Amino acid sequence: MSLALPVRGRRRSAGIRNFELIAGGILTTAMVALALVAPTLFPNVNKMDLRARLLPPFTDLAHWLGTDPLGHDVFARIATGGRISLVVGVVSVLGAVSVGTLAGLVAGYYRGIADTILMRIADIQLALPFMLMAITFIAILGPGLPILITLMIVAQWVQYARLVRGITLTLRDREFVQAARAIGVAAPVIIWKHVLPNAAGPIIVLMTLNVANNILLESSLTFVGLGVDPTVPSWGGMLADGRTYVQTAWWVTVFPGLAIMFTVLGLNLLGDWLRDRLDPTSSR
Amino acid sequence: MGDGAPLPGEPTAGLGNAADRESLLSVTSLSVRFGRGTGPVVDGLDFALAPGETLAIVGESGSGKSVTSHAIMRLTDYAPGADVTGAIEFRRPDGSLQDMLRAAPDTIRAIRGNEIAMIFQEPMTSLNPVFSVGNQIAEAVMLHQGLDHASALRQAEAMLDQVRIPDAVHVLDRYPHQLSGGMRQRVMIAMALSCRPRLLIADEPTTALDVTIQAQILSIIREQQRELGMAVIFITHDMGVVAEIADRVLVMRAGAKVEEAPVRQLFRAPAHPYTKLLLNAVPHLGTPGNALAGAFADRKAAPPLCQVDGLTARFDVRHDRLGRVTHRVHAVEEVSFEIQPGETLALVGESGSGKTTIGRMIQQLTVPTGGKIRFRGKDVAELRGPAQRAHLQKVQYVFQDPYASLDPKRTVGDSIAEPIRTHRLLNGRRAIETRVAELLQRVGLEPGQAKRYPHEFSGGQRQRICIARALASEPELIIADEAVSALDVSIRAQVLDLFMQLQAERGLAYLFITHDMAVVERISHRVAVLYLGQLVEIGPAAAVLGNPQHSYTRRLLSAVPVPDPDRVPDRSGLTGEIRSPVRPVGETPPIARFRREGPGHLVATEDGAAIVRAA
Repeated sequence: MSLALPVRGRRRSAGIRNFELIAGGILTTAMVALALVAPTLFPNVNKMDLRARLLPPFTDLAHWLGTDPLGHDVFARIATGGRISLVVGVVSVLGAVSVGTLAGLVAGYYRGIADTILMRIADIQLALPFMLMAITFIAILGPGLPILITLMIVAQWVQYARLVRGITLTLRDREFVQAARAIGVAAPVIIWKHVLPNAAGPIIVLMTLNVANNILLESSLTFVGLGVDPTVPSWGGMLADGRTYVQTAWWVTVFPGLAIMFTVLGLNLLGDWLRDRLDPTSSR
Repeated sequence: MGDGAPLPGEPTAGLGNAADRESLLSVTSLSVRFGRGTGPVVDGLDFALAPGETLAIVGESGSGKSVTSHAIMRLTDYAPGADVTGAIEFRRPDGSLQDMLRAAPDTIRAIRGNEIAMIFQEPMTSLNPVFSVGNQIAEAVMLHQGLDHASALRQAEAMLDQVRIPDAVHVLDRYPHQLSGGMRQRVMIAMALSCRPRLLIADEPTTALDVTIQAQILSIIREQQRELGMAVIFITHDMGVVAEIADRVLVMRAGAKVEEAPVRQLFRAPAHPYTKLLLNAVPHLGTPGNALAGAFADRKAAPPLCQVDGLTARFDVRHDRLGRVTHRVHAVEEVSFEIQPGETLALVGESGSGKTTIGRMIQQLTVPTGGKIRFRGKDVAELRGPAQRAHLQKVQYVFQDPYASLDPKRTVGDSIAEPIRTHRLLNGRRAIETRVAELLQRVGLEPGQAKRYPHEFSGGQRQRICIARALASEPELIIADEAVSALDVSIRAQVLDLFMQLQAERGLAYLFITHDMAVVERISHRVAVLYLGQLVEIGPAAAVLGNPQHSYTRRLLSAVPVPDPDRVPDRSGLTGEIRSPVRPVGETPPIARFRREGPGHLVATEDGAAIVRAA
């Protein structure tokens, strides 16, 4: 018999979990709300005011986060840019999760020919450099938000598929899955009721990490000219634009950077809370 | 903390009488707790051990017996938040007493493995898989005795000889995965004894092993103890093992000592009711008067519920470079038997005998290679669609590990309702909830517990939940695969009682797959003994257990520990390994023929073919 030690670090107190919910909820809601009201608050976000270019923050009430090299209000651009960034981050991740989880569940549970085919497709996908793929497709189909999101889904479903397949492989041989099979429960029901809920924790963690990744990915694509229309503000685009002024006008990059950071932090906290919430053993 | 625990640095009082001055190890008011605010896992424990003596520490899970042994070795240092108080004094070879709890790390390292050695329960995981056996033993020898590698290897070989490993020179170069469980446990013992320790702590060293292998390991430990004159602390939950090996017994429950007595006194006149309970859980083989067999005899006329005919299962294990199969496991070979309605058939055998595979094939979890399974006269293999689902409703499976067989993310009520929903036995949420509540009550739980999750229940309660789930589909046959093996003995009796009550109420038939003779004797009407996938003996329980005819059945029964210190059976014939059921393609094992020994009692003939390979 082994030492029955209390597991430390794994279980978190109710206090921490409440903090996660409250802090994560506030950050995320604030960012989403800001993005939602931005068009009404700042109808002419692209209005240039070259006399007021590179104003430092906290000096002018009209531009409390300062202005960029073209005299755009930084706060207005952050609020408006959140729309693109949040849509890209969230939609691409939701898409990749749906496709990847389904593929992983099917491959892992049924094995055999479905597994072989799906995993070879995944291997091919992993072998293609993302940038090459992005440049090719955008060159053919032209840039735009839908194509950008589709590209991200195509590039990222593999991660979820591999993760979920691995978890499913171990779960399908667990006794409670066999017990369900012995009762006569149909395979799709077993997958839905027994396998997926037990795989949810790692999926959620990967999702929250990928939202941040994709917000940055959108910015790097925009930076090389493959993203959305550069006149439409986005957080990534703002980071790219302010890069040359970092030493003289730090606020042009730091504030959109902070916006990304708070969004990602909020989503991570919410993700952690959700993962614990879904795990009955963590609630005491 | 126990009362009167000495402060650090204070000389330990409490070693009053003269006998204690001779003791090799004395433990005084030892308390262990993990983390502040939690109750003690070991609570004020006192005991002493004389040189050369064997002390058995007996208890169920959570009794603190393993934690005690870890505290002696100071392995509790590696447990986060462990708070150990009291004194553990160990006599070094030079005669000085060393308090283990206050010893410097260097001293502890010098003692560990050298003067006090330890063997663990799981021989599968306690050897490092990437080093050869010889190197692992040599490492311990080099560390403590300062020998060079070549002479350390020579000593390792001598040690393997001593634990009766055949062909020790070649075993030195093997890796752990190439050895069987029994062999690995011998390697562990060889490693532990390589430095001639004064004290050996054996933590359930035979629990994971088959009975025939267990008997061999116990005799090796006894023999080595005599040879080296070392003391042994033997931690176990099995009173039969205690009777065989111990001089003195310490019974623990919930971290505290319940009773301590010399072994004969404890078995003759147990003082504490808990000790009596543990003693009652041990099989008393050969005791006649199995009421079950008689009670059942008059119902034999009914047509059989389940017929198994020439059932065979083979699995491909090895392939050549072109992917052609070269070796197969012959898990089950031409097994035939039948189960009557309302009857319990016990399938008995050691690991690799194919008993679980048979259960899985009847449940349709594994596809047979050959043979037929008929349930109520219909061939199970030909069932499709609704008929197949109906079969899965009438046959239910209870798994060994109640911790693994319930979905941790679903409430137990949901798990119990699953067969009802799957087979559409009831409609409407209310009706299902009422039924789940009834079932929970029937297995001795509260209806209100349906909303809870599996982790909130103990092992015994979980197994009751699994039984409730099996009952939910109103089955006619329940296959119980080692269903009580993972439970503590006191809980085991309750769960077995539940099985028997349900049988009496509903006329259920059981296929009870087990290796535990106590369970077999208690619950079964008929017994089928399997060896290497083949049936060697089948018949009424009283006949098979009371008058075993096949040499393997006898061997198996003789290996079961007897709870009587004065009657340690002669096991001189018990040598060798259980043979591997892996065979090259094309080589089929000879199928035994059966002779009739008595009414319903069939025995496989053994015309000269040795069933057990010599060591």
